[in-house]
Amino acid sequence: MHAMQVLAAAAGGQVVPARAQMATTLGFHIILACFGIAFPAIVLVAEYRGLRRSDDVAMLLARRWSQVLGVLVAVGAVTGTVLSFEMGLLWPGLMRTYGAVLGVPFGFEGIFFFLEAIFTGIYLYGWQRLPGWTHFWTGIPIALTGIGGAVAVMAANSWMNQPGGFTLSHGRIVAVDPWQVFFNRASLYETPHMILAAYMVVGFMVASVYAAGILKGHRDRYHRLGFGIPFTIGAILTPVQIFVGDTAARAIASEQPVKFAAIEYVTRTGRGVAEYLGGFYVNGKVYFGLRIPDADSLLVGFSPHTRVIGLNSVAPADRPPALTLIHLSFDAMVGLAFLLLLAGLWALLVWRRRRGLPRQTWFWWLGILCGPAALAAMECGWIVTEVGRQPWVVYQLMTTSQAATTNGGVIDSLTAVIVLYAVLGVATLVILRMLARRWRQGPQAEPEAGVPYGPPAERREPTGREPA
Amino acid sequence: MIVDVVGGILLAGLTLYAALGGADFGGGLWDLLAGGYQRGRAPRQLIDDTITPVWEANHVWLIFILVIFWTAFPQAFAAVMTAAALPLWLAAFGIVLRGAGFAFRKEVEALHWQRLFGATFAFSSLIVPFFMGTVIGAIASGRVPANPAHTDLAVWTGPTSLLIGALFVAVCAYLAATFLTREASRRGDHRLSRYFAQRAATAGAISGVLSLATLLEIHSANPALYHGLTHRGLPLVIVSAACGLAVIALLATGHSQGLRPLSVLGVAAIVWGWGVAQHPVLLPGTGLTLFTASAPHAILVTVVVVFVAAALLVGPSFLLLFSLHGHQLLESQNLQEKADETGAGR
Repeated sequence: MHAMQVLAAAAGGQVVPARAQMATTLGFHIILACFGIAFPAIVLVAEYRGLRRSDDVAMLLARRWSQVLGVLVAVGAVTGTVLSFEMGLLWPGLMRTYGAVLGVPFGFEGIFFFLEAIFTGIYLYGWQRLPGWTHFWTGIPIALTGIGGAVAVMAANSWMNQPGGFTLSHGRIVAVDPWQVFFNRASLYETPHMILAAYMVVGFMVASVYAAGILKGHRDRYHRLGFGIPFTIGAILTPVQIFVGDTAARAIASEQPVKFAAIEYVTRTGRGVAEYLGGFYVNGKVYFGLRIPDADSLLVGFSPHTRVIGLNSVAPADRPPALTLIHLSFDAMVGLAFLLLLAGLWALLVWRRRRGLPRQTWFWWLGILCGPAALAAMECGWIVTEVGRQPWVVYQLMTTSQAATTNGGVIDSLTAVIVLYAVLGVATLVILRMLARRWRQGPQAEPEAGVPYGPPAERREPTGREPA
Repeated sequence: MIVDVVGGILLAGLTLYAALGGADFGGGLWDLLAGGYQRGRAPRQLIDDTITPVWEANHVWLIFILVIFWTAFPQAFAAVMTAAALPLWLAAFGIVLRGAGFAFRKEVEALHWQRLFGATFAFSSLIVPFFMGTVIGAIASGRVPANPAHTDLAVWTGPTSLLIGALFVAVCAYLAATFLTREASRRGDHRLSRYFAQRAATAGAISGVLSLATLLEIHSANPALYHGLTHRGLPLVIVSAACGLAVIALLATGHSQGLRPLSVLGVAAIVWGWGVAQHPVLLPGTGLTLFTASAPHAILVTVVVVFVAAALLVGPSFLLLFSLHGHQLLESQNLQEKADETGAGR
């Protein structure tokens, strides 16, 4: 703890622990946010199939998935609240100057969040008493508002990367154009990138669970459908995502060239810039990387003569830290995306040949791997965009240290957050495993007690007049 | 002035969060005090039933308040978040524990796990309103400076803060107990209705005493606010007191009709009484007012637009949720499955 405090002091006050805390809480919440954005649609696909074809297996999957959704949405709602608090508690400097601007997208996000929470309440608890199709339709607003909320939050994040639409005078915002704030240049590629990522993460994560079941020998229809629905959604979106990501990288090369230089280890501005795969960056040199001559220029402008701006274009203080982390995260994200593409193509080829899922054990190992791979790729993407933006919180306008709180003790809240979120994460996984075990055992598993703390409501009054 | 409208929107958000979110917190308090495994299971069941489908939606009012606050009055927001950082951190952690504990309790079956998660939910339902109250107390007593560099224990541990913290806890308990009295009697469970009626009356009386004590304390802590409460805001203070007395009269005579609207009106009158009494000051003791510390005009217009859109979209959705819930069309599928299973086993 003492060493960390010394480190924090050396790095200029609270900015290092504040960034670590934001990274921890955001990195945790984003997983749940993915489920909030994408899972409802996947549950609805199963429910639609269940209703349309009177498919009991699909219906059972939809009900069980929606119970999982209930747990994840609850945890996501509270961890999202922590982020709202942290905007002020960790970054009062940012909010003092730019709070009014950031409020535009977050205000709309509030509406989406409201509608999402309301219809989640109706959908999750409406299974028993609402008629089939009515119940299905109460789920549609959740899927739509999940996307709407993602658009709004990504508008805020992308605005910090491409700030615009306001006039600053003597450190105070004096005029704002809400449309330009919301639809800033970066939101055009950041937003679809994140929404697709959410669908891929949830699709592949859910599919992983059933891939594990199939590998254990449960090749029944329940497991095949449980794998097939989410995997298909993830696999169809993977090539779209690779295209969007490639477009985003090219846009960053022109709009945030220093971030791009950090991603690709471009030390000096020039033409014929080489691409590095892997490798560590130490004092301006790349070690152990696979160097492909001219490839970076080719990727940026489709010609080896394309000029790529390097890190030397700005003063050392204005370059992002931890270049190795940024570059390797980017490479990992891209590499994992191609692994997911491979899994999808494999399944597609087998499907075209004989209208069934692959039989090879290897495929199911890959299927298990797909969920964690999609999750890791998404987290790596966030590392690239957030660390790559440093030292700026609002690109080229406000540094992260200017935004950070002047309060001491961020180390303490960081420690508390790490402990709390570790417990929360473990508890969530344990609960989900418990649910899975209960479902596997079937209706024989008699509950020890009803919720909460007692036998079910029906047995509340032991009058001796038991129903016959 | 548009800035007054935005101030009103902030107060409306506070009112709705206090009335709806407050009742959910209060449910947690009664869960905490419901006693052992046998004795506590009927009240806990009712609390669980009433909170389950609605608490997340009610919770969003807090997000709404935070966003409107930082959007319309960024400097005051940054000042509060810096000066009162510690109670706000504790409230945020409490919110996490509360939501997670509540959601997890439904899914576990072993009694000791239910107890652990239930206790987490119930205990954090106590600390969150308390710490939020201390922050409001810090603002009301003029202890939040305009440009604080550091948090300070003195900001939120003054007598006003501690009183308002306790008042928040009592009011949450009061609201929840009146809601639960009404709900139990609607379900025809008269024993449970009486159970919560007694508790509502007690919590109402404690809230009344704490309100008076707070008023007296504000007399010395912030004379300007006291003057506002006893002059401009007096009608609202009277309305609030009258509502409280009417609720206690209804409870004493065993009526449950009208409990909810009267208790909500009483709480709303206090929130608006504070707003009217303090107007146009944002942070007492500083130069920050609605006029000097507000965001540019275009932002205020956006806030109003967002609020109108929210009212048009969110309002009817809330009504749908509450009416489905009121007609008992929403229930935990987990519970139902268990009931089916036990039914099939017999």
